[in-house]
Amino acid sequence: MAVPKRKMSRSNTRSRRANWKATPTTLTTCPQCGAAAQPHIACPSCGTYKGRHYAVAERTEHQA
Amino acid sequence: MPTPTKGPRVGGGPAHERLILANLATSLFEHDKITTTEAKAKRLRPLAERLITFAKRGDLHARRRVLTVVRDKGVVHRLFAEIAPDMAAREGGYTRITKIGARKGDNAPMVVIELVREPLSAKKATVKEAEAATKRAAKQNESKQAAAETKAAEDAEKAETTEATEAAAVELPEGAVAANEDGSAPEGYTVKGNADSGKYHEPDGQWYDQTIAEFWFKTAEDAEKAGFTKAGAGS
Repeated sequence: MAVPKRKMSRSNTRSRRANWKATPTTLTTCPQCGAAAQPHIACPSCGTYKGRHYAVAERTEHQA
Repeated sequence: MPTPTKGPRVGGGPAHERLILANLATSLFEHDKITTTEAKAKRLRPLAERLITFAKRGDLHARRRVLTVVRDKGVVHRLFAEIAPDMAAREGGYTRITKIGARKGDNAPMVVIELVREPLSAKKATVKEAEAATKRAAKQNESKQAAAETKAAEDAEKAETTEATEAAAVELPEGAVAANEDGSAPEGYTVKGNADSGKYHEPDGQWYDQTIAEFWFKTAEDAEKAGFTKAGAGS
């Protein structure tokens, strides 16, 4: 089985991990309640999507 | 090589996958609306829609085909008796998947998959109606055209006969011209001819102004030649 010959340096490890970046979530405003919501997903504050209401989509402050 | 199944695999094996999908379908037809992960919902949708198509067919064979997947007879009865009639006007698209965000714990994207049981939207219904109407109109037009053709032929015949009679009535005497449509005198013609009385009126005559002229003559001689008599001459 192939194994690494040398220990990877701290520098190499960190420079690789430096490129792991988080991207901001795309957000739109809910047309029903005006809260921020992800596009194509039912609004987490009022639970509506395209005029229909989904109670299971609603999230409280600490659930989100 | 057989075409691989579309979508992600679920469960620990083929039998497990069948069980999971059958259970999901059973729950969906029992409750109309279930919350599950996006992957499972996307596998469930084609299966559920096929079962609804069977239910719309509604015969015993279709029922037995459905029973091989949904084992619960009560649920199958509900599918055939309650759900299928609601889907009668719909041509596919019996289910709707709505994303509701990620699940806490494993961050799995969750969805609500539901049966679309409300009647077709007004817009779609009108579109369908309009299409039907155009079809009907096209059919009616064909029959109408045929009727119109026969009618036109009749009209033409009638017109010919009336024209003939009219021509006989308004046959122009020699040396006369028909009056203009507004009753005014054609240029150069000064003598009025009254077709009803057979009399002609010269411009200095007593009844010249009140006479409605069917014919106009250039001179009194022309009128006399045409068989008209001088107004007031006889009396």
